[in-house]
Amino acid sequence: MSVLKKDYIYNLMLKGKRVDDRSFDQVRDIALETNVIDKAEGSAWVKYGETEVLVGVKVQAGAPFPDSAGEGVIITSLELNPLASPEFEAGPPKEGAIEMARVTDRGIRESGAIDLSKLCITKGEEVWIIFIDIHVLNDAGNIQDASSLGAIAALMTTTIPAERNGKGEDMAMPMRDTPLAITLVNIGGSLMVDPGRDEETVCDTKITIVSNQDGSISGMQKSGDGALTEEQALKAVEMACEKAAELRKVHLSNI
Amino acid sequence: MSDKPEKFIDENGLRLDGRQINEIRQMKIKIGVLSRADGSCYLEWGNNKILVAVYGPRELHPRRLQKADSALIRYRYNMAAFSVEDRIRPGPSRRSIEISKVSREAFEPVIMTHLYPGAVIDVFAEVLQADAGTRTAAINAASIALADAGIPMKSLVSACAVGKVDGQLVLDLNKAEDNYGQADLPVAMTQDGEITLLQMDGNLTPEEFKRALEMCKEGCRQIMEMQKEALRNKFADDHLPIEVPDEIVETLDVAATLEDVVEENEGDEVEVDDSSEETVEEDPELESEVEVETGDADEYAAEEPEEADADDDILEVEEESVDLIDGEAGDEDEGVANEGSETREQ
Repeated sequence: MSVLKKDYIYNLMLKGKRVDDRSFDQVRDIALETNVIDKAEGSAWVKYGETEVLVGVKVQAGAPFPDSAGEGVIITSLELNPLASPEFEAGPPKEGAIEMARVTDRGIRESGAIDLSKLCITKGEEVWIIFIDIHVLNDAGNIQDASSLGAIAALMTTTIPAERNGKGEDMAMPMRDTPLAITLVNIGGSLMVDPGRDEETVCDTKITIVSNQDGSISGMQKSGDGALTEEQALKAVEMACEKAAELRKVHLSNI
Repeated sequence: MSDKPEKFIDENGLRLDGRQINEIRQMKIKIGVLSRADGSCYLEWGNNKILVAVYGPRELHPRRLQKADSALIRYRYNMAAFSVEDRIRPGPSRRSIEISKVSREAFEPVIMTHLYPGAVIDVFAEVLQADAGTRTAAINAASIALADAGIPMKSLVSACAVGKVDGQLVLDLNKAEDNYGQADLPVAMTQDGEITLLQMDGNLTPEEFKRALEMCKEGCRQIMEMQKEALRNKFADDHLPIEVPDEIVETLDVAATLEDVVEENEGDEVEVDDSSEETVEEDPELESEVEVETGDADEYAAEEPEEADADDDILEVEEESVDLIDGEAGDEDEGVANEGSETREQ
């Protein structure tokens, strides 16, 4: 089955086409809605083509890590809910889910998107812990980028619930940047942005690049069974930065 | 904990440990250190101490995990509880699961898995002492252990990381640079410079990324030289009298003979078994030998189609699985037990 699919997609690629008639550098239609869950401190619902992801942010006071006593904590988890695909099973997260959660987490953490020093309540004793929980509702490919966009949007709408916890005044999440992940697949030597599910299953190599407002890169991950040439890696970086800037302008500027 | 140095690079352009910015740490490689494993390697890189064992190709249980057209690769990266300053809880963590995944994918493009359908190749990488760059060190060691196990590969894989400290790119991060640096970019490459592992965190501009990739390439090239040197030292003496081209002809003959024997005399198990064992054991060793001695991928690739006669392959595989059931049942049980305990701990 997947061999036939691979042939089909490969032959389309040779003609410069994709299964859903997109161009190689075209992202699917994106719908984004924020504050969809009242109980969460911040939330976002993202639709990336047919892929649907719901991100909720909860904030709790807790102990900091000993090596960063004056900084808040970010904990990102991603669940591939069995309702999202016949291929997902209930149970502890598998390597794919862990990888996507960690790539999303690294993008947010390493870019310094959240000013963690402002999340300190009492140095060494109490800080705000930010739980980013990503729920995948429907898998039609590229959960990674949908999660990343959803996580940032949810964080941008998050309020730190200080009053409820008796820790002073409520404040907005101290955001400094909006890192966005863009994933490309390598199919027969051509790079395609935002892979659909079929493209994702037949591709050899997937590369995710997280880039920031100033065009710098704060995370990168190659996954999949294939290799990349140096030129492909450089081209992927260029394409990803461009796309991220585009998405940022369209979807995040009015949150 | 906060022992962050004020400066990572001194006036003379030297780093905390006295290295140049593009200099990798001392590496020490020992091959074939574990008697039970099919291939093994002990590698020291700076203060990293890594032990890698390769088992297989062997039959995969449970059978439903078998792949009909290729071997499965399993890679387990594990840190010993005592390998770092503060004891870490034993067993797989989210970090080690991710590293295992990307490391496995670093080898998928080079290991010729289509030669062993239904089989599994297990790579166990154990970090005994960690000092920044353990995943790259483990990949370097695994690459050698796979060669030691005689697993046919298109190329060795070498890995190293480039990071950024004091705004400057440096090759092969040490502990302080890893902890307090501004970026970390681990890369694994084949000898043709194809990237099989690429991760990044921190902050780099696209220009810096481009330069970092160049530095990685040079670092990987140096490491591959060391890997080849180590393999040559280990194996060159044993097989020096063997002329490579003659041997290839002989291998083909063995395969052809095997085919004849099977056609004529399908019932004769003993004879078939003997000759197939020769094929299975000699073949991979020879292939890795070709690679190590000549270091010429093209020459090797050119020979490949001749050997990959479809009929021969099928025969080899059938006989091989018979071998595995007979000979390695004990190992199999261990593998299954391990997997079970991993699942429980999660």
